[in-house]
Amino acid sequence: MSNYDHEQLSRLIGMLPPAPEAWVQAAQELPAARRGLDELVARAEADAAFRAEVLADLERALQTEGVEPQPRVVEELRRLLADQ
Amino acid sequence: MEAPGDDGEAAARSPELTTAEVSDAALVARCRAGDDDAWRELVERFSRYVYAIAVQGFRLRQQDAEDVFQDVFARVYERLGSLRDDDAVRPWIAQLTRRVCIDRLRSGSRESEADLDDLPELPAEDALTALEEAFDVHEAMAELPQNCQQILDRFFARDESYRTIGDTLGLPAGTIASRISRCLDKLRDNFEGRNVPPAASGGQVT
Repeated sequence: MSNYDHEQLSRLIGMLPPAPEAWVQAAQELPAARRGLDELVARAEADAAFRAEVLADLERALQTEGVEPQPRVVEELRRLLADQ
Repeated sequence: MEAPGDDGEAAARSPELTTAEVSDAALVARCRAGDDDAWRELVERFSRYVYAIAVQGFRLRQQDAEDVFQDVFARVYERLGSLRDDDAVRPWIAQLTRRVCIDRLRSGSRESEADLDDLPELPAEDALTALEEAFDVHEAMAELPQNCQQILDRFFARDESYRTIGDTLGLPAGTIASRISRCLDKLRDNFEGRNVPPAASGGQVT
């Protein structure tokens, strides 16, 4: 391996700045979000009244389930309920 | 007053910095077993890499890069079970990211009714290879004392000033330059000692 000088090393370190914190956090919360979605969808499948309630306010339903209602997650819930 | 050789003791741990304590394969195995903490660590470990491929490699706009970023980790989460070699998670994620970036560029071309053969400029292979090399350097950096990791990361990757670094880490600003130099020496020794081969391309995107 060739010798690396300070300039090369510093350039390589600088090539990987941190991703925006909110992006990282959203990705890290993916398992919990998926579990929350699965739970909501399962209950909606079994209970038509609950399904209507969820559809009426997707964001609130997610919050009640402890899931941050990010647009991406809300859209996923809408899609899953539409598939039922 | 700067104490010689104290680059590793004083700094508070930054949650953004990864440690080399857990191998990629061990981390993948824990993720597959449903360990949420392992998943958080996996995202942390590869977030910069995915971000850099999208933004620097493919020069995606921020909104597109965010979509790609979330899409990549969603696919990783869903498909981790199909990874054939847990040690190959890094090239697998890199390949997945490239594919999602290309899909995003294609989709953008369709929306703008551009000729599908006339895709926006794809990154030169050199640019992606350089990002792999940068990842290797960051891995070597993760084996340095915490204070060295912090100083090098804050100065070169986060563009923080000597004063900010000094204030955050409780170090005299006038000593930061010499600490950086010493930490780079340690990093060079560490990196060259690793003799890391180029990232394998054994991962298969499924």
